[in-house]
Amino acid sequence: MITKLTHLCIYVLDQESAYDFYVNKLGFIVHTDAPMGEGVRWLTVSPPEQPELEISLFLVIEGDIFDKETVKTMTALVRKGTFGAAVFTCHDLMATYEELKTKGVVFKKAPTKEFYGYEALFVDDSGNWFSLSQLNP
Amino acid sequence: MEQFEKLYLYKRIVQAKLFIDHHYAEKIDLDNISDQACFSKFHFIRLFKTLYGRTPHNYLLKIRIERSKLLLSQGHCVFDVSQMSGFDSPTSFTAAFKKATGQAPSVFKERERVRQQDIRNNPFFVVPNCFAETHGWTKSQFLRDDV
Repeated sequence: MITKLTHLCIYVLDQESAYDFYVNKLGFIVHTDAPMGEGVRWLTVSPPEQPELEISLFLVIEGDIFDKETVKTMTALVRKGTFGAAVFTCHDLMATYEELKTKGVVFKKAPTKEFYGYEALFVDDSGNWFSLSQLNP
Repeated sequence: MEQFEKLYLYKRIVQAKLFIDHHYAEKIDLDNISDQACFSKFHFIRLFKTLYGRTPHNYLLKIRIERSKLLLSQGHCVFDVSQMSGFDSPTSFTAAFKKATGQAPSVFKERERVRQQDIRNNPFFVVPNCFAETHGWTKSQFLRDDV
């Protein structure tokens, strides 16, 4: 029986820039920041009220899985905004939307009424997009 | 028209929240914060809680505790951390920290030091193997004979 989701992987193009986006703009907490050599880190962050979930900000880099050509393709796809990575929730979407906009976060969809509540879409510094929702009570 | 009024209200509460985010290390209290939003204290607390799920005081405390955890994990001493996080004194800091995390700041700091040392010695304590393999990280790259 599967019990929990503990790690989630988001492909980013620059870990320093991703750190600034997720920690200083979104307000996430750094869970682990470990150097892994050659300018690569094992960097995981958690939403403030879900400290047990580690979101790995995973650098698109050449390795055992990604060859040079795949890195090129992945970089182009991430930058293009191909990947919708996750759905986040908040207490109040309008307030969070205003706050994140003030901090420079780019939204591709303003808060909109949906069947399940309200939803907006924002883009991270690499190009990944996320749903930010306020669910009906 | 009602929508514009609501938006204006949101902006003021958001500004107050950002005020806390930027000034948590200073001697700010509820009066400073509600002044920022141009609300009466009571009205402000009610709206803030509606938007963020916790009172401004509770939010300020949370920000200070999170900041102090980061500073402790970076190796700063308890006295400095209490000052840098906006607490009145090391005593009030220690009490608040213990209440929030269940452990004294000095204990948290020591545990973080050991944890970081473990990670440096062997990141595979925290990096799931599937992700390590994706990057081509191998255990022999990090494991030392003495660990």
